[in-house]
Amino acid sequence: MVLYSLTFYLFSSVAVLSSLMVISAKNPVHSVLFLILSFVNASGLFVLLGAEFLAMILVVVYVGAVAVLFLFVVMMLDINFVKLREGFLQYLPFGALLGIVLVIELGILFLTDRSSNIYNNQTPLQPIANEVENTKMIGQILYTKYFYLFQICGIILLVAMIGSITLTLRDKGGVKRQNIDSQNTVDASTAIEKKKVKIGEGI
Amino acid sequence: MITLEHYLFLGAIIFTLGVLGIFLNKKNLIIILMSIELILLSVNINFIAFSAYINDISGQIFAMLTLTVAAAEAAIGLAILVVFFRNLGSIEVNKINQLKG
Repeated sequence: MVLYSLTFYLFSSVAVLSSLMVISAKNPVHSVLFLILSFVNASGLFVLLGAEFLAMILVVVYVGAVAVLFLFVVMMLDINFVKLREGFLQYLPFGALLGIVLVIELGILFLTDRSSNIYNNQTPLQPIANEVENTKMIGQILYTKYFYLFQICGIILLVAMIGSITLTLRDKGGVKRQNIDSQNTVDASTAIEKKKVKIGEGI
Repeated sequence: MITLEHYLFLGAIIFTLGVLGIFLNKKNLIIILMSIELILLSVNINFIAFSAYINDISGQIFAMLTLTVAAAEAAIGLAILVVFFRNLGSIEVNKINQLKG
């Protein structure tokens, strides 16, 4: 149990510190790298809670795809990031005050609401006790009870994919493209043009 | 002993950091998108902590749906960002009213 607590505090403190660095780093590339660190630590926490499949999903999909997409965009765009940081220090005192107030309020909410039935016992959090493993449990419920949600997820991803492709696709003038239709409908009468060339002249 | 409240506290701190990131980096659209990712991560932490607390796997399914929506949102947001940068040459948020959506 001591090891569990130590692991929790290690993962959570690194996650919080790296989240802090995400919003305060000067270079957005560093921000993305700290975001990756934060996600990896959150996936460690998921393992502690017994959600191994989601931990893997978080590392593979988030770190592997989304964070790298962020890196791509940050490095692809040529942006003057120094100019974009104007106003950071100006808003910092007010923002810090607001953040502290928000955290304290949420903390009070969690710590004092012991009278309600929702969480008044102080049992340590354990992974879900079941004889089948986590991935199998998710599969058993995802493809039966939540099957429509699963399919809606597919539609959301399809729409997002089509949307981002159509947003970023652009037609540059002067680019020669392959026209498959005209290639397939060509025949001898249109492909060959006969011309009479006079002697000593070109076309 | 790690109870539910520890995880809820962690989620609250990360959520607040995400909100602060939107607040402080008012001009940088990329940091704002990353802050939204942080907020969704804190939501996921809460989902999974409650899933372990009430001993029910459904919370993990919901966390997976959140991940899906977050990935779609990041893709669309970054696509809009790229188009915006192409048209205006900057990603300042206070110029974004020129989109006239």
